[in-house]
Amino acid sequence: MAEIRIQGVRKSYTKGTWVIHGVDVSIGDGEFIVIVGPSGCGKSTLLRMIAGLETITAGEISIGGKIVNDVEPKDRNIAMVFQNYALYPHMSVYDNMSYGLRIRGFSKADIETRVQRAAKILELGPFLARKPRELSGGQRQRVAMGRAIVREPAAFLFDEPLSNLDAKLRVQMRLEIQKLHRELGTTSIFVTHDQVEAMTLANRMIVMNAGVVEQVGAPMAVYDAPASLFVAGFIGSPAMNFLPGSVRDGRVDVGGGHLIALPRPLLEHAPAQVTVGIRPEHLVACAEGDDAFTFPVETIEALGADSMVHGKVGATPLVARVEGHAAPAIGSTARFALMPERLHFFDTVTGKRLAA
Amino acid sequence: MVENRPVLVFLRHAVLLAGVACVAFPLWVTFVASTLTLEQILTVPMPLVPGDQFWANYSQVLTAGSTRGAAAPVGQMMANSLVMALAIALGKIAISLVSAFAIVYFRFPLRNFFFWMIFVTLMLPVEVRIIPTFKVVSDLGILNSYLGLTLPLIASATATFLFRQFFMTIPDELAEAARIDGAGPMRFFWDVVVPLSKTSMAALFVIQFIYGWNQYLWPLLITTDESMYTVVIGIKRMIVGGDALTEWNLVMATAMLALLPPAAVVILMQKWFVKGLVETEK
Amino acid sequence: MEKRVVFRSSWLPYLLVAPQIAITVVFFFWPAFQAIHWSFLIQDAFGNSSQFVWFQNFQDLIRDEAYLDSFKVTAVFSTLVTFIGLAVALVLAVAADKVIKGAMAYKTLLIWPYAVASAVAGVLFAFLFAPSVGIVSFALRAMGVDWNWVLRGDQAMLLVVIASVWKQISYNFLFFLAGLQSIPKSLIEAAAIDGATPVRRFWTIVFPLLSPTTFFLLVVNIVHAFFDTFGVIDATTQGGPAGATQILVYKVYYDGVKAADLGSSSAQSVILMVIVIALTVVQFRFIERKVQY
Repeated sequence: MAEIRIQGVRKSYTKGTWVIHGVDVSIGDGEFIVIVGPSGCGKSTLLRMIAGLETITAGEISIGGKIVNDVEPKDRNIAMVFQNYALYPHMSVYDNMSYGLRIRGFSKADIETRVQRAAKILELGPFLARKPRELSGGQRQRVAMGRAIVREPAAFLFDEPLSNLDAKLRVQMRLEIQKLHRELGTTSIFVTHDQVEAMTLANRMIVMNAGVVEQVGAPMAVYDAPASLFVAGFIGSPAMNFLPGSVRDGRVDVGGGHLIALPRPLLEHAPAQVTVGIRPEHLVACAEGDDAFTFPVETIEALGADSMVHGKVGATPLVARVEGHAAPAIGSTARFALMPERLHFFDTVTGKRLAA
Repeated sequence: MVENRPVLVFLRHAVLLAGVACVAFPLWVTFVASTLTLEQILTVPMPLVPGDQFWANYSQVLTAGSTRGAAAPVGQMMANSLVMALAIALGKIAISLVSAFAIVYFRFPLRNFFFWMIFVTLMLPVEVRIIPTFKVVSDLGILNSYLGLTLPLIASATATFLFRQFFMTIPDELAEAARIDGAGPMRFFWDVVVPLSKTSMAALFVIQFIYGWNQYLWPLLITTDESMYTVVIGIKRMIVGGDALTEWNLVMATAMLALLPPAAVVILMQKWFVKGLVETEK
Repeated sequence: MEKRVVFRSSWLPYLLVAPQIAITVVFFFWPAFQAIHWSFLIQDAFGNSSQFVWFQNFQDLIRDEAYLDSFKVTAVFSTLVTFIGLAVALVLAVAADKVIKGAMAYKTLLIWPYAVASAVAGVLFAFLFAPSVGIVSFALRAMGVDWNWVLRGDQAMLLVVIASVWKQISYNFLFFLAGLQSIPKSLIEAAAIDGATPVRRFWTIVFPLLSPTTFFLLVVNIVHAFFDTFGVIDATTQGGPAGATQILVYKVYYDGVKAADLGSSSAQSVILMVIVIALTVVQFRFIERKVQY
């Protein structure tokens, strides 16, 4: 087990174009870190640089206090679970799991104990003699994890390991990975494009976009105070509503005759163009009179527990999440109150969250 | 990239360069020899840089052949080779295309029997039935003719399989749509199947052109008339036995002429060539 | 595999298969049956009359030293051509697989010998290795090797093996390269993280995963060595010296065409057919099995 430090790490394939623009993160011993972002944001590349599968163009990565920039993957004491599992198709489950141990010269007895222990944790006992092609998707996923566990490495690296599973299995494996991490306590780095996985698994998450780290923090902290428009839109489902407007007299005119007051601490440095962010779940239905926000209902999506109310404020589309049976009729006027402490304010030009 | 050490990269290039050199060396020597006089070649070791006899040797073989061996002009032989290669390639494509179409798009008695008949021909290369086939051709009176050179080599199980395989991937909906539009089978064949098969045909053409151009045993058997020699046969006939007697400069010029057309086809149509090679062997 | 949609016609399909079937019957089946028929006959020296002798031609062959030698020669020849050809091509393909700069150029420069006719390849190597004028022979003599394949059987064998391998390398190379490139990169990366060195990775992961390609090439190369090398042999050694390079196909040709021994040559043809059929069956059985991977 070890802590992993990433300092000023940059990556480019062709001179002058950076796919990763300098990442600084340090990951504590035993922490479960999720790197999340849309495809092409550089999250897998960052993970592969930690694994040693990609060269580091600039900066430093250290594992357990040792700089590993020029260390071969096999000597970094890490294990990786690949998106397509990368199981050796010609080897049995047992051989797949023990391959790394055999190469490292472990004794037969030691290998046996470790594999059996991992098989027990992952409930793979009955399948040890099978070939990967005779297993279901979920079982292959477990074998891939088993191969990582038996090595007892300093860190686990997961590269979108759940994206090839169907929705139900994905939920189940998510829980198992959580459980596994509680039991083993190994430092883990998990890459995904799925913000639900990130929210549920992470101790802390790293939100990346276009090769840049947008925010690092605990899931709820990121949810409560997204650092940028990108993070605000990426984390949370349905996505946060954005109402761009211009600031006049300490209030943001978001169109449709709606003015939203800027909190006092932000007033001083407020730019001219501000985007107000409101999560759909923070629009509260209210009675006539104390409403702050009204708009005609265009569409309703009934999801069972919740209903999504769609409409427009000025020209900007808006979604509110209400209790399943509480949806207003289409064509009627929806009335919502705003929760001032739940509003987010961003500089429209830079995309950054406004801070006092 | 795992372990992209400079040493390994260097080693890879070294191996490849050595491979390329070994493969190319015979070609280089052949080319050099085709530009020398016979006397220069016979001075051992022969020079390894081209001489000045390029035009002399090539025009000699193209128009008049060798003086000691076969005296047929290589120009004529190359024309024969071209006819043979084209006829075999195009002929194979044509008859395989229609027979695969029949087997895939029709149900008829004996369909499976015909399919197996074509399949079995895979197991009967010309080399194992040389003499009886020779006799058939001789009985038909087509020795020393283009017909005799090409017809027996035109049947092709591999080409039929390739097209059959490809037709199976054409969506059924296309045939259904064609039928609703009122197109008959031949209309469907010309308007849909043939245009869709173009890439397969191109790939097959490259492979079969080379196959036809490079035929050796068959033309060796049935061409006794020098005017019907193909260039591959012609070279062999120029070697008269005894190192020093053979006009190596002319033989090598002919060798260059014999290998350039198929090599050009491979290199210029590399994409089709690789596709054809991989697909005909499936 | 069957099409759901078919056309209906009572005569059109027959017309469409007719050319293929006609050629197949006239030039494949009829000659094959002739060969079988003739293999049971002995003709007199003038070819005027023939006598049905059951399996006597085959029995004679089994007792014929020259034929058994030819079998041995073929075995040695095809083994050498196959193994050297596969090994060299595999080394080149492994080197080319990882190369980024110039990959296309290497590929082009390595595949063109496929286009060279066997007979032309034979002529090229006969010239390079010609005992008195050949440039390689000169180099060999300079190194103290007594080189004369016209007289020495083992050297003649070496010559036809080299020429045949040279011609076949490009084919093997292309298939090995395609095979290597179809192995998922993540498998190699997983093995690297598991701690396997490049050499170990090759033997425990890459080579086993390449086995379908290798097996396929093995069969193709044996067939190639058996039949397609006729041109190489005829353009160089013509089976000599003293039968040292007389492979089975060459002997069929020699006995049938040059010696005009129809019965024996036909019997040999039949034996060859059996061998081809066996190889084809093996190949197809294997292709069925390989689908599992």
